Amino acid sequence: MADNDLKGEFLEIVRSAFERSEKLRIEGSGTKSFYGNPVVATPLDVSRHSGIVSYEPSELVITARAGTRLSEINARLAESRQMLGFEPPWFGGQATLGGTIACGLSGPRRPYAGSARDFVLGVSCISGKGEYLAFGGQVIKNVAGYDVSRLMVGALGALGVICEVSLKVLPQPEVETTRVLEFDKETARAQMVRICKLPLPLSGMSFWGGLLRIRLSGTENGVRAAEQTIGGETDETGVEYWHQLREHELNFFNRNQSLWRLSVPATAPVLGLGDDCLLDWGGALRWIYTDHAPQTVFQTAKKMGGHATMFRPDNGWPNGRFSALDEPSKGIHMRLKSAFDPKGILNPGILYAYV
Amino acid sequence: MESATQDVQIRDQLATELLSIVGADAVVTDNEALRPFECDGLTAYRELPLMVVLPASIAEVRKVLKTCSRLGIPVVTRGAGTGLSGGALPNPDGVLLSLTRMKRILSVDADAKTARVEPGVTNLAISEAVKHLGLYYAPDPSSQIACSIGGNVAENSGGVHCLKYGLTVHNILELKVVTVDGELLTVGSEALDSPGFDLLALMTGSEGMLGVVVEVLVKLLSIPPVAQVVMAAFDSVERAGEAVAAVIGGGILPAGLEMMDSYAISAVEDFVKAGYPVDAAAILLCELDGHAAEVEEQIARVETIFNSQGATGTWVAKDRATRDRFWSGRKAAFPAVGRISPDYYCIDGTIPRRQLGKVLVEISKLSNEFGLRVANVFHAGDGNLHPLILYDANNAGELELTEELGNRILELCVEVGGTVTGEHGVGVEKLRPMCLQFEDAVLEQFHQVKAALDPNSLLNPGKAVPTLARCAEFGAMHVHRGQLPHSDLERF
Repeated sequence: MADNDLKGEFLEIVRSAFERSEKLRIEGSGTKSFYGNPVVATPLDVSRHSGIVSYEPSELVITARAGTRLSEINARLAESRQMLGFEPPWFGGQATLGGTIACGLSGPRRPYAGSARDFVLGVSCISGKGEYLAFGGQVIKNVAGYDVSRLMVGALGALGVICEVSLKVLPQPEVETTRVLEFDKETARAQMVRICKLPLPLSGMSFWGGLLRIRLSGTENGVRAAEQTIGGETDETGVEYWHQLREHELNFFNRNQSLWRLSVPATAPVLGLGDDCLLDWGGALRWIYTDHAPQTVFQTAKKMGGHATMFRPDNGWPNGRFSALDEPSKGIHMRLKSAFDPKGILNPGILYAYV
Repeated sequence: MESATQDVQIRDQLATELLSIVGADAVVTDNEALRPFECDGLTAYRELPLMVVLPASIAEVRKVLKTCSRLGIPVVTRGAGTGLSGGALPNPDGVLLSLTRMKRILSVDADAKTARVEPGVTNLAISEAVKHLGLYYAPDPSSQIACSIGGNVAENSGGVHCLKYGLTVHNILELKVVTVDGELLTVGSEALDSPGFDLLALMTGSEGMLGVVVEVLVKLLSIPPVAQVVMAAFDSVERAGEAVAAVIGGGILPAGLEMMDSYAISAVEDFVKAGYPVDAAAILLCELDGHAAEVEEQIARVETIFNSQGATGTWVAKDRATRDRFWSGRKAAFPAVGRISPDYYCIDGTIPRRQLGKVLVEISKLSNEFGLRVANVFHAGDGNLHPLILYDANNAGELELTEELGNRILELCVEVGGTVTGEHGVGVEKLRPMCLQFEDAVLEQFHQVKAALDPNSLLNPGKAVPTLARCAEFGAMHVHRGQLPHSDLERF
């Protein structure tokens, strides 16, 4: 993908849309178009705005345009034995940086290394008023101004068209290995909570199909010592497992049924939504198929101290995708939306009807 | 005259209402009793508030804010008052809301590795309360024995271990926040993410401008079994800077990586006898933590890297006592400089690490040009510079000259792609350099974010974001003869 700076073009489009109150649907490569409430509006394709703007391995910082493919970023980082610490899911080879940040999704490494928003240092975007705004910066420690860069993460484009992102990156671990142990689900969950309390170089803990997999990352000696502590056996297919988990390519995900995502405290007991469940994030992320009514799923997740998302609906899903906000939060969401996008032209309704 | 009478009336009404909420012992109106609240750690700015109110519960904070909102009275929230940018400077027409009475650790969940605390709990008290569980709270600003967790959230505080463990924003899960109109808002949750916009990120580091933090759910980490320190000496600061880049580029993420230049080294050595090589142009202190096997491997690699980068000497702290001694020097750097100069002024810029050599040369040139000495201590791992300008406030014009030099150094930080504040916050001190760093449209957007949460600008008005009309006067961290408030605290 060639380097291409199209922000001038986007500015014109958004300004003109603002003047005409024309609604826009921001699109990358469409790999995550299933995510969020449907938006009916004029498409704004940002996937051609691409290229790595700067990358200095000794700074642990990379800056790239929104349309830059994750494949390009990963390849570039790998040359210096570095990586994106939050292990973002791609859901397709053309996944872009902008889409990744707008969705704010993080992979199996998230509880141990941090989330997409944790690694964001700066975001430049175009507001719904058609202004190009550069928030944050390219340094790790920066407390000047409100942290709007991180506010953009997971906002699904509702606050601005993301044009450029600066991320902190991490060194690749020298050694990575996976241990596998057999458990029933409730024991596995308790084991994950127990293991998480130990000072170990953890980088993934997932349970599916009666097997608890624990990924360890670090130096040779550190990882070997941790293997002794954890026990079990080496999973020779570990690399593949974590990749397939991240990409939803495991058999578990190969289903013509709506997929729920529950983000809950790892300590919450396995809930009564049926047994069709895969645990990631040491038990804090639970992928579930259930026939229960959406309201029951949302309420159960809330009782567990977390929230639910209708992540990938099977077909025409009439309900909202995200857990409802309480009244004070709802008011703040509406006023923030209006502060960035007063006419509501950017991805209207993608999060909630009122945003 | 009429408006003066009105002011008195409003003041009396406010005092009466606040008394009925929190009780007589929790409202301060007497001028002498107000005096200790006139400034925070930035003593160059002082102001007496109308009154101080010290609520003891969330319910009381909500009532106080409802009252102030209704009467249109500004509210400045204060934690321990250790901040260094004047973020808690009182408003002369407003209430100073001190949260020091809300200092309970509400619960600790060892399985979830979390602690729920009130905002007035000190940073260090959290780690102490969970130590027996093998856990700790990672962010460790140097004032950690006194600074409060509520203040840490307001400033998004860091510390020497941020490169590996992150800032406050990376180490909290949930906040309870009282809005300007007294509503109780929960942002974040016990889970790792939440639906909607990331208000937790927005609130963190917002310097008391968007709401009042009344409860914090912090994330706890397992205490690393082993921590070790290696020190290295270099004959130029540029070479030391390159060694920092070589360590990070070499795939090592140290728990802490600190640098001091020769001026700081000799000041420190005279003061605490940390065993630093006084003939070095710069030293690096690199701490690694984790499993014993891992740390041993990495310490050896860091030592090799330092040697290959031309270190004139390296020393590995073999025991706890030596490690503490190495760190004692770094932690005492500010008081040590305070001993050799009547006054000093602290800068808090961050730069991309690769610019370190260039920036140091420029600072040295500026130092000569202004005829003021500058000692440099850095959180080198994350590029956060604390140049200390040495001056004497008793010499006419020297403070102004110092402020101008400080401004030039911050300009330099922005020029090379950095920021005007890495960890101390903007407060009132850095309003002017904020204008350097951000475009007008961005500053305007910040004001609109503020208006979305605080439409009448009653929360900490005038701080953190300069108005477009006029960038505020440039201030200074004025430290006269080493006399900071809380001068017994370790700093930076």
